Amino acid sequence: MLSTLLEFALVLGLMTGLAVLMGKWLNRVFTGTRHALPERFTFSLLGIDPQETMGWARYGSALLLSNAAMMLLGYVVLRLQAVMPINPLGLAAQTPDLAFNTAASFITNTNWQAYSGETSLSNFSQMAVITFLMFVGATSGVVAAAGFIRGLSRSNSADIGNFWVDFTRTLYRVMLPLCVGMALVYVWQGMPQTFASQALATTLEGAQQQLIVGAVASFESIKHIGTNGGGFFSMNAAHPFENPTPLTNALHILSMLLIPSALTYTFGSMLMQRRQGWVFFGTFLVMFIGFLALVYGAEQNGNPLLTQAGANQTFSLEQSGGNMEGKELRFGIADSSLFIATTTAATTGSVNTMHDSLTPMGGFVPLAQMMLNCVFGGDGVGFINLIQYALLTVFLVGMMIGRSPEFLGKKIEAREMKLVMLSVLAHPISILGFTALAALWPDTMASLNNLGPHGFSEVLYAYTSGTANNGSAFAGLNANTPFFNTTIGLAMLIGRFFTMLPMLAVAGSLAMKKTVPAGAGTIPTATPLFMLLVVFVVLVVGGLTFLPALALGPLVEQLQLLSGQTYN
Amino acid sequence: MTTQSIFKGLLRPVLVSAVFFMALTGLAYPIFTTFAAQLLFPFQAQGSLIERDGLVVGSALIGQHFTRPEYFHGRPSMTLGADPQDPGKSVSQPYNAGSSGASNLGPTSQKLVDQVAARVRAYRQENGMAADAQVPVDAVTASASGLDPHISVANARLQLARVARLRQIADAELLQLVNDHTTARTLGLLGEPRVNVLQLNLALDARLPSRQPPIAASE
Repeated sequence: MLSTLLEFALVLGLMTGLAVLMGKWLNRVFTGTRHALPERFTFSLLGIDPQETMGWARYGSALLLSNAAMMLLGYVVLRLQAVMPINPLGLAAQTPDLAFNTAASFITNTNWQAYSGETSLSNFSQMAVITFLMFVGATSGVVAAAGFIRGLSRSNSADIGNFWVDFTRTLYRVMLPLCVGMALVYVWQGMPQTFASQALATTLEGAQQQLIVGAVASFESIKHIGTNGGGFFSMNAAHPFENPTPLTNALHILSMLLIPSALTYTFGSMLMQRRQGWVFFGTFLVMFIGFLALVYGAEQNGNPLLTQAGANQTFSLEQSGGNMEGKELRFGIADSSLFIATTTAATTGSVNTMHDSLTPMGGFVPLAQMMLNCVFGGDGVGFINLIQYALLTVFLVGMMIGRSPEFLGKKIEAREMKLVMLSVLAHPISILGFTALAALWPDTMASLNNLGPHGFSEVLYAYTSGTANNGSAFAGLNANTPFFNTTIGLAMLIGRFFTMLPMLAVAGSLAMKKTVPAGAGTIPTATPLFMLLVVFVVLVVGGLTFLPALALGPLVEQLQLLSGQTYN
Repeated sequence: MTTQSIFKGLLRPVLVSAVFFMALTGLAYPIFTTFAAQLLFPFQAQGSLIERDGLVVGSALIGQHFTRPEYFHGRPSMTLGADPQDPGKSVSQPYNAGSSGASNLGPTSQKLVDQVAARVRAYRQENGMAADAQVPVDAVTASASGLDPHISVANARLQLARVARLRQIADAELLQLVNDHTTARTLGLLGEPRVNVLQLNLALDARLPSRQPPIAASE
């Protein structure tokens, strides 16, 4: 048990150190004035002027339109898979609803997969569509944060930067070099990286085993650094080829947390308010540690029904014990719990454990983190979501003490609060609205793998994951139906752009305001007290909105588990 | 700001960026990485394939389905494969590395409880354990990938007596072999102590080249 605590401390300590290094680097990427040669080449190819400054509306339009074009291109290639090269297994094209779902999923950084990688995508599609969309989806998120932070840092200015410059720089100076380096470390640890599609083996007992291989390592590095999360293989980062050792597992975790945690430092640097950056880092960390403790405790405690059936779930020197259904032995409970907490905090959606088989309170953690959507959060958008809650906090606190709310020296007025509320409300409306629709849809029952409250959780999880742009699943749900493909695809687009665009508008609006000096009525925001206030607002707003749905799913399931109630 | 100025001049960069970045990140990046990986780590890049007598017998990272009692057995696997009678249907095919899969059964599933209870009974019988003995949880629960190459040390030690008897090898000697194939936590912290079943069984076969014919489990 001590080794578990030390492991958690080690990983979180490394994350903090890396956040500082990466945060400094991102600051240079966002604020540097010189363009490197490949960047100048790209700018002339795109036909853009790197000196142009953009207002939030133009910056957001460039982001939205380029994402739309990339999604369309991905969709077309998926539909034409059968006639594309590098398809030795002769896999057919995806159906229109599935290809829409896949393209929407990867451009929005969700990476929900209604298909199984081994049997549905050729090596060409895995590279040209999936790897491509993972890069540009993640880069778009970071770029949105760059424009957002720049907007917060300016006054009396309509300019939040140049989208194309931010995009190209983030891709060339952050994403590509990190991914190449990490991919080679991954191959060293055992991940395949080959143009071959399969290897055939004759097992010791004489059976034939078809081993699917491919460009796995290059896929895994962007998948985690980009907080993307879709798997090369159906079973994602639980598959030994996607996550061969405990070291790769730790690297996956650190990769996922890298950019979301670093952006708090970058924010502090760009605004020259380091302390404020650390307050936001602390807000993330406090919530993360709470959820990690909850999932680890629940999973290590195990499933009482399995103990009755004769399974020994106690921790000892010879076994990790705990609820091992749907978990890999090399990770045991500790590494699995850390991965669960990370992947749903950083809205990656990569899984090294089957979340459908978690204990009720273990499964509560990923659901709750995705509902809050700001415990680190995905690349770029997690930080934006946190600021959205920080604005809500200054507003609520300002109302309570009867002062006009201010944040970072800017007055927060009706326009900003309307945009914040649009963003805050789009999230639960998408999750709860679509879940309610699915609960009434006649064919939903046929898609469920489990009945009772756990079956409800499968549906709730699907829309939460889609809207939060997470992509992990209670994977027993058969989501590859026209109904689920379409509605989850829409949830992903709503969750992505109804948060990102209103918040960019907030940044644009704050950039135009003049900075007012702090007065006696100003609430200081760079304090531990403010940190706890933000956590409180996040939990109250998130908790009150989703509590009824959670009560119908994991909470009632926990009570039934304790009383021994099972479902066929 | 007018609508016209917001969208002015965006068409070309929007279209060119989609195609150019697809070529760069979707093709150039994985192709470059593949060449570098093949050059630096050719064994791992191909899938860590193990050969015996010139024949590929599996991957060091992927588990295999062991049923013969003279081998150590891996964890239960829920992977499916095409039904030989009717290719449109799926049937249980443990350790099918062409299609990873898990049970995805929730904790209150009666099916899960029944499966675990049946595996507990089979494990006790196979390894000569008392009718009320507790069985290590990893031996009776399905892994996430269905391809888990490892078992716990507790699980390996409980299977040891059976394998030693059928292989006609002293328990102490086999224990040494199991210990040799046990991997500790990385840096003493990461992961769990574990035994790679395929590598252990390969070592067993190498130690005792004249393999026993399959012995019926119903002795």
